[in-house]
Amino acid sequence: MTQDIAGTTMFDGDQAQKGLALNRMCFSFNSAENRAAFVKDEEAYCQKYGLDEEQRAAIKARNVLQLIEAGGNVYYLAKFAGIFGLNVQDIGAQQTGMSVEDFKAKLVAAGR
Amino acid sequence: MARIIGGVATTHVPSIGKAIADKKHNDPYWKPFFSGFDYVHQWLAREKPDVAVFFYNDHGLNFFLDKLPTFAVGAAKEYRNEDEGWGIPVARPALGDQAFSWHLINALVADEFDVTMCQEMLIDHAVTIPLELMWPGNWPAKIVPISINTVQHPLPSMARCLKLGRAVGRAIESYPQDLRVMVVGTGGLSHQLDGTRAGFINKEFDQLCLDKIVSEPDTLTRYSIHDVVALAGAQGVEFLNWMAMRGALTGQVSQAHRNYHIPISNTAAATIVLANEAQAARKAA
Repeated sequence: MTQDIAGTTMFDGDQAQKGLALNRMCFSFNSAENRAAFVKDEEAYCQKYGLDEEQRAAIKARNVLQLIEAGGNVYYLAKFAGIFGLNVQDIGAQQTGMSVEDFKAKLVAAGR
Repeated sequence: MARIIGGVATTHVPSIGKAIADKKHNDPYWKPFFSGFDYVHQWLAREKPDVAVFFYNDHGLNFFLDKLPTFAVGAAKEYRNEDEGWGIPVARPALGDQAFSWHLINALVADEFDVTMCQEMLIDHAVTIPLELMWPGNWPAKIVPISINTVQHPLPSMARCLKLGRAVGRAIESYPQDLRVMVVGTGGLSHQLDGTRAGFINKEFDQLCLDKIVSEPDTLTRYSIHDVVALAGAQGVEFLNWMAMRGALTGQVSQAHRNYHIPISNTAAATIVLANEAQAARKAA
């Protein structure tokens, strides 16, 4: 995985190939029924979509940076985050190691 | 003949959909963004477009990564929105203009843009939010959605998207029916959702893009996709939709309105209206 722009993973062919199963599972979360099925039995749901060990561990940890490392694309990961009522500011805070309040304050400061 | 009356470009952040549903227009956080639409509403009421051609990117509602077209054109009677998984309300359907869509598809392929043709196509928030911002509560114009891949690299270049827009502009103007057509570009401006660089915003680069897109869009083609990711953030590449919108304006272009505000969610929000004085109208004058 190349990160020649610091803190940024290009979602390229390598990442897309690596993350196909993970992103397909997250794509399924467009449906409320599928979101409920995941919540009911997370392990079985991951198995059904053929996630590898790295991906299953990242899902279990709810860790966005690990999910990206495992090939996840952020638009699909946002659907996963949606299951827990988390938005892109919550996941931004998690990835940058900031509190949500500090993350929001940083965005406001960018406008000054 | 069909006439291109102008273009609108706007941010399409999903949380805007929630804010509309919760009627937060006058909330201090939202007001600087929503008030940027007062002029857009006046302009649309005056210009009354029959059709809006949308350049946008799908975020995993209609397309998945298994089969992902670089450019796809809708040719449906109706375009539905569905649950996108992140808790924003499902929008009403938008009406299509199938004859006009097929005219555009035929003209684009003849012009060497080999687009994917979609007789069925779901539209996501990148189309429905701009529609609701432009025409709150009622969408009088029919639409033609043109999706550009901004998700999975390699992405089409800034130059390619400008050329696509120009081909769409020529295609619109060769339509024999008297239609008033507007073009819309959605997404951006600078933002990044993923990685330890999440929350990246670049006001200076955004301002440059807003300045140059009006009358010198070609100067922006010097930026590679890699440059745009570096300067505008990983999702700032949605500016490709703006480049295509601008390309479709074939006449004398002037900025009628601009609004820029940081932040809406993780994004530098912008809205512009570009007027297009068509070649034919200039000759007549």
